[in-house]
Amino acid sequence: MSVEAASPPGAEGARARRLTEWVFRVRELGIVVAFALLVAVTAILEPRFIETDSLRNLALNASIFAILAAGQTLVLVTRNVDLSVGSVLGLSAYFAGDLLSKNAGLPLPLVFLLGIALGAACGLINGILVTWGQVPALVVTLGTLYVFRGLAFLWTDGTQVNAETLPDSFLNLGTDSIVGVPILVIMALVVVAVVGQWLRDFRAGRELYAIGSNPEGARLAGVRSERRVLTAFVLAGALAGLGGVLFTARFGTVDATAGVGYELTVIAAAVVGGVAIFGGTGSVYGAALGALLLGTITSSLIVLRVEAFWQQAAIGALLLLAIGFDRLVGLRVDAALRRRSARRAG
Amino acid sequence: MGNDHNPSTDALVELRDAFKAYGAVQALRDGSLTLRPGEVRALMGENGAGKSTLVKVLGGVVRRDAGEMLVDGGPVDFGSPHDARDAGIAVIYQEPTLFPDLSIAENVVMGYHPLGALRRIDRGEMHRRVQELLDRLGVRLDPERPVRGLSIADQQIVEIAKALSFEARVLIMDEPTAALSGPEVERLFAVVRTLREEGAAVLFISHRLEEVFAICDTVTVMRDGAVVHDARIADMTPDDMVRRMVGRELGALFPKQDAKVGEAVLQVHRLTREGVFFDVSFEVRAGEIVALAGLVGAGRSEVARAIFGIDKPDAGHVEVAGQRLAPGRPLSAMRAGIGFVPEDRRQQGLVMDLSIARNATITRMGALSRLGLIRGASENRLAREWATRLQLKFHRLDNPAGFLSGGNQQKVVLAKWLATEPKLLILDEPTRGIDVGTKAEVHRLMSELAGRGLAVLMISSELPEVLGMADRVLVMHEGRLTAELSRSEADEETVIRAATGQVTEAAA
Repeated sequence: MSVEAASPPGAEGARARRLTEWVFRVRELGIVVAFALLVAVTAILEPRFIETDSLRNLALNASIFAILAAGQTLVLVTRNVDLSVGSVLGLSAYFAGDLLSKNAGLPLPLVFLLGIALGAACGLINGILVTWGQVPALVVTLGTLYVFRGLAFLWTDGTQVNAETLPDSFLNLGTDSIVGVPILVIMALVVVAVVGQWLRDFRAGRELYAIGSNPEGARLAGVRSERRVLTAFVLAGALAGLGGVLFTARFGTVDATAGVGYELTVIAAAVVGGVAIFGGTGSVYGAALGALLLGTITSSLIVLRVEAFWQQAAIGALLLLAIGFDRLVGLRVDAALRRRSARRAG
Repeated sequence: MGNDHNPSTDALVELRDAFKAYGAVQALRDGSLTLRPGEVRALMGENGAGKSTLVKVLGGVVRRDAGEMLVDGGPVDFGSPHDARDAGIAVIYQEPTLFPDLSIAENVVMGYHPLGALRRIDRGEMHRRVQELLDRLGVRLDPERPVRGLSIADQQIVEIAKALSFEARVLIMDEPTAALSGPEVERLFAVVRTLREEGAAVLFISHRLEEVFAICDTVTVMRDGAVVHDARIADMTPDDMVRRMVGRELGALFPKQDAKVGEAVLQVHRLTREGVFFDVSFEVRAGEIVALAGLVGAGRSEVARAIFGIDKPDAGHVEVAGQRLAPGRPLSAMRAGIGFVPEDRRQQGLVMDLSIARNATITRMGALSRLGLIRGASENRLAREWATRLQLKFHRLDNPAGFLSGGNQQKVVLAKWLATEPKLLILDEPTRGIDVGTKAEVHRLMSELAGRGLAVLMISSELPEVLGMADRVLVMHEGRLTAELSRSEADEETVIRAATGQVTEAAA
């Protein structure tokens, strides 16, 4: 007690700041470190892993997931979840492919806009059911996961869009580079940066955190929660729509099963990246890094010729590790903060 | 201070005959209140008198069912707290409204962040502004620190800073001082006086009478959902105030039979949970009802949770009949013979979707099952037995527990614990939200159980209940035991004094 009393004023504040900064930095830094280790170890075992082509593929694979993870983060921080993103991506991917193979002359920005709009419409349905319908997001989006996928099957009617029928200008988006950086990667970086900034530095973004942190408190503080949650779902849908168009550009061949199972990978990426499933914490940057790390693990295990079963198990282990780590850090920070408050009160 | 009561045109806010019911419960029957510029008005009443409902109507949280509300003489109808805030009304609610994951600064300005270029949040300005507010309240808190882990007092400060963060013309404070220390209260009052001089109106709710007399100009007294008195504070004495708040004779309502007091069943030794409660020691003997009294937030429920092992204490331990309990292990407490009826019946006491029978026997699942399967017949037999003994009013035993009225739900929770034949029963607000008739039945039951040698630890915020039922009253204030009063020593004044920290006589 006497030691505490003797510490100069302001020291407590500085310590608190250091603590919060440390926790914030360590969370995203942790993924960067894990990523570097993974690449290094794989490279030592199999030097071909760090050839330019291979790294390029790594970045390309992570790009679409990073975009989806950014959208998912918006929903997760509000203490909701969107399980339908894989199906929305599938719908939008087939829509874009179908549109372009039938109207080759269509301007590409228009195709992107239409794909995004389709995704946003799906997100709007999710959002309306969650906010006005007052149905838990888990149930709503589990339902729309099947509904949207079903629509895709009805629509494609067993057919698929082939790369030959798509204009080259469109397919080039999935492969071309600007000064060595693939266009797809640039787009993902821009999306992550814009969404990340919006969530970090704008009122609407901060209100999403408030809603996830204490829904009743947000209401009492005058936050228009329903509108905000609706916005989060629409944006998540729109980004899934964008992901769908990019999926078609990258892979060329699209059928009704495009993006099956993506939702779980995306949520895993966000959680690995430090986004709390119960809302209130996490960043888009973390989620994007999580997507990169998950993608890299899969690639490195393939390069190292590890059996498919172990690839899945590795992702599972990583997820548990990340959750365990968050919990541990959370408990330690809680205890530290509580101790400090107790000293002040005592 | 011009407190002439005749013209109502100069009122900032006026509420006329506001009415609000939740189902069959009339929470607010005759809510009439006027706030004029430069007026600090006290709103007094017992727990459950309707103060918080009235505050929520003023703050736009709850929509009144009937009645009128005027701001600056014009009628308004707030659809959300946002509307109230736009009308210049700031409210500090009793419930915690903070965001644990966000910084203090963000908590204070949420929804109204200062903006810079391109409508981006100006973090520098935000921190500067909040630092200024905290300085004004005289606390040393770092605005960038997350709210998670703040003591109750500090959380209260953040709530106050939140309400003061914009130019409020009307400030409503629902028990803002409950968790604050003397100097902190003084600083809050200095801020309130400044606001008054600037022409704002303040509505102040507090259980501490001397605070009310120190800071308020006028007073509105509520009882049973209605406003029963409106006067200038100078025309009232503390005795007047209490009489108008209580409005009925004590003693007649809550008969506690005398029971033979036996050996100590529960012994609590220096129990401490940092930042929540400190150095709490007491015992409860067989056949005795001990009440744990105090204000909301004093740490009573938290002590009960620690005894039952839901939360792990940082220091101290609990003994039942001489046996030390493993800390943080509810199963160990149950095996030792403790039953726990929590405050929040709907969330913690019952599984609302399960049948009445399953709820009533859930604690005896092991004894009722054979080879891991629960036998429905024996489950029903046990449930029916308890339903009869507690005079439960139900339609069918396989109806969901959610179908029952509040009082009957509470009986099911009681049955569930009584079926374990406990040595000690902890009751947290046993009659909250229960109609008067059933309330009396619950009291009769408690008295009867004590008569048969059960030790009862009761937490209650209703003073009449505490005074009527308890053999001994322990009073908590800000996480510490401040008094231990025998049945003859305990009366309204001694309990309220101890609960508001006005006594220094330490507890045993």
